[in-house]
Amino acid sequence: MSMSAAIAPAKVEDLPAAPRDWLPILLVPILILLALPLVGSFPTWATLTIAGLAMGLIIFLVASGLTLVFGLMDVMNFGHGIFVALGAFVGVTTISMLGGWTASSSFALNLAAIGCAGLAAAVVAGTVGIAFERVMVRPVYGLHLKQILVTMGGMIVAEQVILALWGPEARPMMRPASLQGSFIFGDVAIEKFRLLAVCLGLAIFAAMFLLLNRTKLGLLIRAGVQDREMVEALGYRVRFLFIGVFAAGSALAGLGGTMFGLYQELVTTAIGAQMMVLIFIVIIIGGLGSVGGCFVGALLVGLASNYIGFVAPKVNLFSSILLMVLILLWRPQGLFPVAKR
Amino acid sequence: MNSSVQPLLALDGVHTHIGPYHILHGVDLAVAKGGITMLLGRNGAGKTTTLRTVMGLWHASAGTIRFDGNDISEFATPDVARLDIAYVPENMGIFSDLTVRENLFLAARKGPLDAARLDWIFGFMPALKTFWLQRAGLLSGGQKQMLSIARAMVEPRRLLLVDEPSKGLAPAIIQNLIVAFGALRDEGVTILLVEQNFNFASKLGDTVAVMDNGRVVHAGTMAALVADPELQARLLGLSLDSHQ
Ligand SMILES: Nc1ncnc2c1ncn2[C@@H]1O[C@H](COP(=O)(O)OP(=O)(O)O)[C@@H](O)[C@H]1O
Ligand SMILES: [Mg+2]
Repeated sequence: MSMSAAIAPAKVEDLPAAPRDWLPILLVPILILLALPLVGSFPTWATLTIAGLAMGLIIFLVASGLTLVFGLMDVMNFGHGIFVALGAFVGVTTISMLGGWTASSSFALNLAAIGCAGLAAAVVAGTVGIAFERVMVRPVYGLHLKQILVTMGGMIVAEQVILALWGPEARPMMRPASLQGSFIFGDVAIEKFRLLAVCLGLAIFAAMFLLLNRTKLGLLIRAGVQDREMVEALGYRVRFLFIGVFAAGSALAGLGGTMFGLYQELVTTAIGAQMMVLIFIVIIIGGLGSVGGCFVGALLVGLASNYIGFVAPKVNLFSSILLMVLILLWRPQGLFPVAKR
Repeated sequence: MNSSVQPLLALDGVHTHIGPYHILHGVDLAVAKGGITMLLGRNGAGKTTTLRTVMGLWHASAGTIRFDGNDISEFATPDVARLDIAYVPENMGIFSDLTVRENLFLAARKGPLDAARLDWIFGFMPALKTFWLQRAGLLSGGQKQMLSIARAMVEPRRLLLVDEPSKGLAPAIIQNLIVAFGALRDEGVTILLVEQNFNFASKLGDTVAVMDNGRVVHAGTMAALVADPELQARLLGLSLDSHQ
């Protein structure tokens, strides 16, 4: 273009070196190392660390969808825990129906049983999630107080439905044969199932990371979390994005429910409400709307609760809240605040 | 109807309420096809609200908005955008956690980014090329403004709504903007540009509308307004003095 000759050259000053924010990520290894002298014994510390990572990654599965749901539409879904409970019960039922596979000593069949349970949990929770969004959430967009009341109410109703379907008793959730017990490395015992949970959690985190960073869909979700109006002004229907994220988040929560049931080897109706507290702590620690923050926050909560549960069991319940308070004192917007417009 | 006289965008008695506030009080505005229309007026006159109402970010409580003859008053924002109407908001609407490349990639709704068109854009906005893979949040204010305008240029659009692009920019950058908007006009894009800077506006505008108190109080050619200092003073008051 001949016109470009007339253009004053833009000042090409160097940008500040891209400040990748490593500090919050470093908190995880720092916490792990600090715990070693506190716990005292190396084998116990190793066992607790794997347990903490497994628990953290399960919490991440459950919480990641909720943080995006909030980021995209400012929707606070206090009923998210219901998908966890639903996933746990669907999982327990599926596993019990696959008795042949779980009793078999074949690792592949055992894994297939867990896979089927997780898949069934995800499908049911995702489907219920779509209905929940349509019936409970959509009428209260932008009305925060009503959102809290309505979604909490929805959770209570759904809890009663679960109670009616599955009954009031707590259900033991047996791990399949080859996933019972531990691997022994010298003095260190590591529960097989926890290792599986860690692998699954990491794989899902990696998939989510790739989706959010490498695909147009993922970029739209991240852009929508930052500035929903602008994404719409570019011609994209954020509503559909939101429904998709809501369904995916519910499905992941369902999968998380199955995994948490297997982690605890017990499923109760209270599992949803019980997990809800941890989920909120995690997404607040991470920075509302940030999946990376949710990941780090979940690991910190999982680890801290295992270490403190061992060192000072009496304050265990309190440990996650203490962690949240400390982190918010350091970064009031959470570890990775999302740049809103 | 003869399409050469039908305006591309026409607002007819548009009222907009934001919550309990009545902001636009019957805006009449016609934007002719193929030129640059300047929307002037003091702070708080309702210029931003007018653009947001066209984009469907607010909805008109009365009146009609026509694009190419079709009533779009009730359209949701994505549907307005899909008519090939691009919007550069006052706050620029940059996705700061995304890179420059990703910001432009999302703006290209119909397909992948077109290399030749990107080079054309880089001609006006070389900084975007320099910082291609940087997070947009790290750009300076002027560079963000460039990025926001570039998003409206990555694919051919029919109408551009631009809200105060020159705000806070250095004169050299404003010069780049003038050239870029001129090139878009040459490409056949119709532009509705909100401006406070009359100096800038007078260099680019073909036609002009002036708003005050939620209404358009004057509409005509830019040449006529430039030639009439008295009219300028009466319509633009302070904003004239402060920018000339
Ligand atoms: N979100 C809002 N809520 C309430 N009042 C608003 C809002 N946005 C704009 N206004 C009011 O509407 C009037 C017009 O604002 P605006 O369209 O931004 O003016 P301009 O862009 O011409 O400076 C102003 O009085 C402003 O205070
Ligand atoms: Mg304005």
